[in-house]
Amino acid sequence: MENSKTSIIRKVLMALSGLFLVIFLLQHLMINSLSVINPDSFNEVSHFMGTNPAVQFLLQPILIFGVILHLVMGIIIEQQNRNARPIKYAFSNAGANSSWMSRNMIISGITVMLFLGLHFYDFWFPEIDIKFIQGDMSGMLEGETDFRYFKELQHKFVSPVRMGIYCLSFVFLSLHLLHGFQSSFQTVGFKNRKYAPTIEKLGNIYAVAVPLGFIIIALFHFINSSH
Amino acid sequence: MSAAKKLNLTLKVWRQKNGNAKGNLETYPLADISPDSSFLEMLDILNNGLIDKGESPVVFDHDCREGICGSCSLYINGEPHGPARLVTTCQLHMRSFKDGETIYIEPFRAKAFPVIKDLMVDRSAFDRIQHAGGYISVNTSGNTQDANSIPIEKEDADEAFYSAACIGCGACVAACKNASASLFVAAKVSQYALLPQGKIEAKDRVLNMVKQAEKEGFGPCSNTGACEVECPKGISIENIARMNREFLSASITK
Ligand code: HEM
Ligand code: SF4
Ligand code: FES
Repeated sequence: MENSKTSIIRKVLMALSGLFLVIFLLQHLMINSLSVINPDSFNEVSHFMGTNPAVQFLLQPILIFGVILHLVMGIIIEQQNRNARPIKYAFSNAGANSSWMSRNMIISGITVMLFLGLHFYDFWFPEIDIKFIQGDMSGMLEGETDFRYFKELQHKFVSPVRMGIYCLSFVFLSLHLLHGFQSSFQTVGFKNRKYAPTIEKLGNIYAVAVPLGFIIIALFHFINSSH
Repeated sequence: MSAAKKLNLTLKVWRQKNGNAKGNLETYPLADISPDSSFLEMLDILNNGLIDKGESPVVFDHDCREGICGSCSLYINGEPHGPARLVTTCQLHMRSFKDGETIYIEPFRAKAFPVIKDLMVDRSAFDRIQHAGGYISVNTSGNTQDANSIPIEKEDADEAFYSAACIGCGACVAACKNASASLFVAAKVSQYALLPQGKIEAKDRVLNMVKQAEKEGFGPCSNTGACEVECPKGISIENIARMNREFLSASITK
């Protein structure tokens, strides 16, 4: 369909995949917070998420599709953004009319993508290796009777460099969402005078609280591991 | 007259012989400018001086000089129509600037607004977007119905009127980091979408106008809101949400 090649449809796909990631991230944060509150239930939920066929073969592919869709559309849109002004201004005062976050979504987005690469290397690739290549679905290490997930998690938050990268990435995610959350409602045409203040407030709360939650949990494990 | 202190300024003006030539910023010192003069009068004074010296005057667009035609453009100190809000360049006064200030004056920059000469750009892309759907088809020969005979809710009528206030100046494009024409197109779509007379052709209108804007080379909308801040007529980005709504429902059914 010809309409689907317009930037409005591309941006609607970005907005919908972005909002989907917003929901996913909330779920992820809730599971992570179990690692602070109750390691046993963290282990159990992790095992469920990691071995349940509906999660593994339905939700996970949707999630990966969403990330790739968002990424590919982001790159196409950014290219279109740049093409529209081949000669730049010599002197621009863009700060007078728009926020840094709104003008640099590609920078915050790519930082988040780099983090995702590291995150996959840390957690996802080893999981796939253990479960689907080695075929060990037990969720336990050899000769042990406890689930391995909590130990693995603790193990990842020992290095201060890793911690720094982790925290910084979530700062960029926060910047991405400070604009992105409310922007996606505008893109799908949902924003108007009546809903805008609520959407913006909700977006600001989410964009600060959720990344901060991830940072606090990571700091908790980092501090616990250092003695 | 007021004895307000005269301004001494340094102007950095974009000079470009024609569309194909390579342009550059030229520096012009300009003394004794009254803070009460308008920005375009200041440029007239600069041009008189250039003509006296046998140099070619700076070409810039202007017509009504009262904020209604949308001809005047200029990207002044990093903002379309300069630092003041809700004004066109012809309504901007030199009291918005300080004595000794350097003022950068560039053309509106967009792939779809090619430079004709100096500060003058070709904005006919806007006309072609209008031709793609910015009208209603009414037979005007003979017994045309009075538009006021169709009752319209006051809120809708007001909203359509605010959208219709767009003068097609292109400041929204110039301000946008993506040179997007979304605010202009959205205003033109909305002024009809809100009225019963516009509903009949609403689907084709939004589809065709949006596609024409893309064809002209205007960029996508990143919702930065820069357009709304710089628009001399205060057109709201609510219009863009409405345009997206209209576009989505039209592309599902058409
Ligand atoms: C894979 C890494 C990512 C990249 C490269 C990326 C890139 C982008 C870009 C370039 C935009 C703005 C497009 C534009 O209008 O110019 C954007 C918007 C957005 N992003 Fe991302 N992003 C990434 C990850 C995420 C994540 C993890 C989330 C949510 C948790 C997210 C949520 C959003 C939202 C809600 C928007 C607003 C969409 C709109 O304006 O309608 N992004 N992203
Ligand atoms: S929307 Fe505002 S800035 Fe854009 S063309 Fe119309 S009047 Fe000018
Ligand atoms: S000259 Fe007509 S709006 Fe400025």
